[in-house]
Amino acid sequence: MLKIEGLFKQFGGFVAIDDVSFELLEGEKHAIIGPNGAGKTTFFNLVTGHLLPDRGSVAFQGEDITGRPPHRIVKLGLARSFQRINIYPRMSVFENVQVALIARERQELRFFRLAAGLCGPETSELLELVGLDEEADELAGELAYGKQKQLELAIALAENPRVLLLDEPTAGMSPSETEEAIRLIREIADARGLTLLFTEHDMTVVFGIADRITVLHHGEIIASGAPEAVRSDPVVRQVYLGEEEAANGAA
Amino acid sequence: MTGRMTRPVLAACLTVLVLLALVPLLESNYLIDLFNEIMIYALFALSLNVIIGYSGNVSFGHAAYFAIGGYTMAILLTTYEWSLLPAFVAAVAFSFACSAVVAYFCTRLTDIYFAMLTLAFSMLVWGVAFKWRSMTGGDDGFVGVDVPAFIAERVPFYYFSLVVIASAVAVLWVICHSAFGRALLAVRENPVRAGFVGINTRLMRWWAFVVAGTFAGIAGALFAMVHRGMYTESAFWPESATVLIMTLLGGMYSFFGPAIGAASLFLLERLTNEYTEYWPLVLGTILLAILMFLPEGLAGLAQAVRRQILRGR
Repeated sequence: MLKIEGLFKQFGGFVAIDDVSFELLEGEKHAIIGPNGAGKTTFFNLVTGHLLPDRGSVAFQGEDITGRPPHRIVKLGLARSFQRINIYPRMSVFENVQVALIARERQELRFFRLAAGLCGPETSELLELVGLDEEADELAGELAYGKQKQLELAIALAENPRVLLLDEPTAGMSPSETEEAIRLIREIADARGLTLLFTEHDMTVVFGIADRITVLHHGEIIASGAPEAVRSDPVVRQVYLGEEEAANGAA
Repeated sequence: MTGRMTRPVLAACLTVLVLLALVPLLESNYLIDLFNEIMIYALFALSLNVIIGYSGNVSFGHAAYFAIGGYTMAILLTTYEWSLLPAFVAAVAFSFACSAVVAYFCTRLTDIYFAMLTLAFSMLVWGVAFKWRSMTGGDDGFVGVDVPAFIAERVPFYYFSLVVIASAVAVLWVICHSAFGRALLAVRENPVRAGFVGINTRLMRWWAFVVAGTFAGIAGALFAMVHRGMYTESAFWPESATVLIMTLLGGMYSFFGPAIGAASLFLLERLTNEYTEYWPLVLGTILLAILMFLPEGLAGLAQAVRRQILRGR
């Protein structure tokens, strides 16, 4: 589905992504984990066209998309959500999702087609799916944090992607919100036959959703495989899970 | 900026339209001229707001397209003796073309760099108007525009102006509330996210600039006719600042805000001049007050008051 070869990105002297090759298979739910600063978000930004790689290539469904702008990559069916909230704060919840549909239907240069009611039923459907139907008329910027995350998910889904990249979909959520979010993401991915690639900090989320895990450390892949295999990998335990346990122990 | 024209807004628009149509009955040349001027500047400010309020960029050079529309109209009607309709169409088309070229360069940049480039281009337009004496009249201005006989008198021209401006505002309203307008708001709110839902943000900003320039051209063409002339002041940067202040005063987050701003500023200026010669001082104070206390302008204030009343009930 998504094939990445020899990806390399440097910021000044700091190597953020070091020669990463990676393949995402159709239908899988793949998690990318790694400590803070491992390069997860940079990796996403390179894949989705937000950043240009110094070397290497990204191919989506056999098509080379390296260096294309985000708005063209999205049209191929590769959508993403963001770690930090990334919505349209001064627009209503309804409009936030509606704009994504307008773009998907290539209506954004229709000057004389009134927006009111455009893509209405599908917008409402998506809001219902993520549990925001009652907040449709509220300003997106005034929503509670967890709900803004759900809205972010609805916007990404509106693009009707085949592959969905979620950057820490539960970051900053309370445990109960996290649980709800996991259930929702799993349900939607199954119902829509989505291929899922997500980064995550929270191991509950990772093992609750992923059927394959790749571990990134200092911009390099140090392990990749089924959740159980990765969990018992000694190197991974040392650099990542170990740190987590140590942190938990200290706390 | 919801998608529908709500009933109160529609009622308000019709009331304003009827009141404007009744102005000539007062039989005051002063008032007819004043309201004609207000209408023209209202359209000018509304057009600027497509860039500011809708696409989220600040232009310091919007007067350029007003002047281009005005000079083209003046020159075609007078020097080349074109009739009204072709001259008008050509003036608007030329504003469209010029803003299309300038927008190509400006939309490569954002924020202050965008703003400064709009200013640079407007100075270029001013320079042409100033130096090309044989065509534009230079700093003496282009004087004595031939206005067609049927609208040569003050009252017929007022109604002509009213019809053109009301139609232009209606079309602009539709554009701002269309699928395009909605997508443009997304670009203003969060260009990165808009890109990631598949919107070509630069192309959207280009179109916003072109729409704004074209409608400013319409306002400029009417200005040249009502004044029977066109002057370099109209292309100079303080003119761009004036229309920017109108937009901010009225409120950039509301479609009609800039029109309210244009009317308020004109009326305030006339009123102030009755009592004192220190209009710039008053203008500075107004600007300070908006920036400090009314970041969303008069329209924003009205909305806040309305919300308070609704909450109180």
